[in-house]
Amino acid sequence: MDYSQFLMMPQEIGLLVVFLLVFLYDTFMPAKTLKGLPLFATIVFGIFTIFSFFPVQDGMAFGDMFESNKATWAMKNILNIGMFIVLLQSIKWANSDFVSIRRGEFYELLLLTLFGMYLMISGRHFLVFVIGLETASLPLATLVAFEKKYYESHEAAAKYVLTAVFSSAIMLLGLSFVYGLTGTLYFNEIAKTIVDEKSLLLIVALAFLISGVGYKLSLVPFHLWTADVYQGAPTMVTSYLSVISKGSAAFAFFVIMVQVFGAAYASIWEWMLYAIIVITITVGNLFAIRQRNLKRFLAFSSISQAGYIMLGVIAANALGMASMMYYILVYIFSNLAAFGVIAVIERKTGKVTTDDYNGLFKTNPWLAFVMMLAMFSLGGIPPFAGFFSKFFIFLGAAKTGSVAVYVLVLIALINTIISLYYYLLVVKAMFIRQDECVIPAFKSHWTERAGLWICTLGIILIGLVSCIYTSLSEITASLTSMFSMV
Amino acid sequence: MFGCGLYGFITRKNMIAMLISLELMLNSVDINFVVFNRYLFPAQHEGMFFALFAIAIAAAETAVAIAIIINVYRLAKNVDINQITKLKF
Repeated sequence: MDYSQFLMMPQEIGLLVVFLLVFLYDTFMPAKTLKGLPLFATIVFGIFTIFSFFPVQDGMAFGDMFESNKATWAMKNILNIGMFIVLLQSIKWANSDFVSIRRGEFYELLLLTLFGMYLMISGRHFLVFVIGLETASLPLATLVAFEKKYYESHEAAAKYVLTAVFSSAIMLLGLSFVYGLTGTLYFNEIAKTIVDEKSLLLIVALAFLISGVGYKLSLVPFHLWTADVYQGAPTMVTSYLSVISKGSAAFAFFVIMVQVFGAAYASIWEWMLYAIIVITITVGNLFAIRQRNLKRFLAFSSISQAGYIMLGVIAANALGMASMMYYILVYIFSNLAAFGVIAVIERKTGKVTTDDYNGLFKTNPWLAFVMMLAMFSLGGIPPFAGFFSKFFIFLGAAKTGSVAVYVLVLIALINTIISLYYYLLVVKAMFIRQDECVIPAFKSHWTERAGLWICTLGIILIGLVSCIYTSLSEITASLTSMFSMV
Repeated sequence: MFGCGLYGFITRKNMIAMLISLELMLNSVDINFVVFNRYLFPAQHEGMFFALFAIAIAAAETAVAIAIIINVYRLAKNVDINQITKLKF
């Protein structure tokens, strides 16, 4: 065996080193130094995040099972940034009374799920992809059940794990049909074999595969777990589920659909995805309006955001891929800002409904300000990053040039206006409405403030610093082999 | 076999029984892979290996699910999904 292949995966190895360091610290350090574990994990991961920006070698490794190119490199860096913010914001929570005894496990499981997502992104064989998917979703079930004292946490975890196993069974069935059709599970070879394949079995297989991955992305017919799990899980885990897990699944979904099944684009899956996007955006928006619990509200908002991300997949071109990655980056910053504010307020006061936020601006102006920025960015109001990401993703979809996709973009635009209504309801509660029992003024921990600062800077700057989008689109334009099948 | 598992998952109200139905579904997928490999593509063993890995993954899934169901039972004294409805619209 050629051990130099491991040099192709520096980011994976770096992440494993981080995991091992955290694990060793947790196991061998004396008990009274364990309070420093969350900070230690965050700092080590921060160093890793900076180092992983060094460019990697392009190419395939392990008998074409693993691919490393500039797009996977960029996507992993985007996930790293989001992961770093999550770790930063969870320090104070991990040292609180109920959680502190299990804080080591929290960080270890979180890092392992990230490793699974790396495999999902880089795997070019369905075995690697499935192992990555399961590595990413199973530890998350235990993390959802992390608040041992709260019944809601366990109910959410039970719902999550049962539906996760169900969806992975459906996906595996679809994969077995693909295998039966083509006799191989390598992405490249499947793509070559199905060029002139238009059988019914391929349609069934694709429908099963889309539902399996659509579950991870919480697209609409497969979304029913989302709101319950987001509400029941600890807020830190919810924010991780809603951005990192969803972003990595979206990228892997793009690669599978375009690189492997690109030949079946016009004949089969364009219309499946078309219907899914329309109902995902609409249902997510309409249900978000009636939510009073902010975590449930953000769950439905994230469902409709997933629909927007899928616009990049239906575009199936280099521009769509670049704008999808850009959208995920912006979405990470905006959603983590919103969840960061919710987590701080929940930790201090235990309040999570919209009505509790009445008059927040009077007592905690900075938190209200960050929340407002996050809502504006999620809704897509111009100076902030959310506007640019929505603009580019519509542009990428419109580039396909078919009338049907123009109609789809129009539906998405109308839904953006609907979504503004409920995002602004939260802003209205904070700034305009008054209440007798306002959340009192408090000072949050410096790590939480640092996390919120990074998010705020991201929301304001990413839209204005245009070189980010330019470099992403240059990266995806160089991937000619990926789009050759469409 | 997949259909039996699917039917069980939808109709059963006990979480343990649902988990058993899920196992049926996963096992049927494994058999599917092995049979395709044996009769259609006997030259290579890709499907066999996939089935092996899928079995390991299914075992891990069951372990996690059982642990969570036990925790739910401890807190709610119940594993009937009609009773576990605290999180709702």
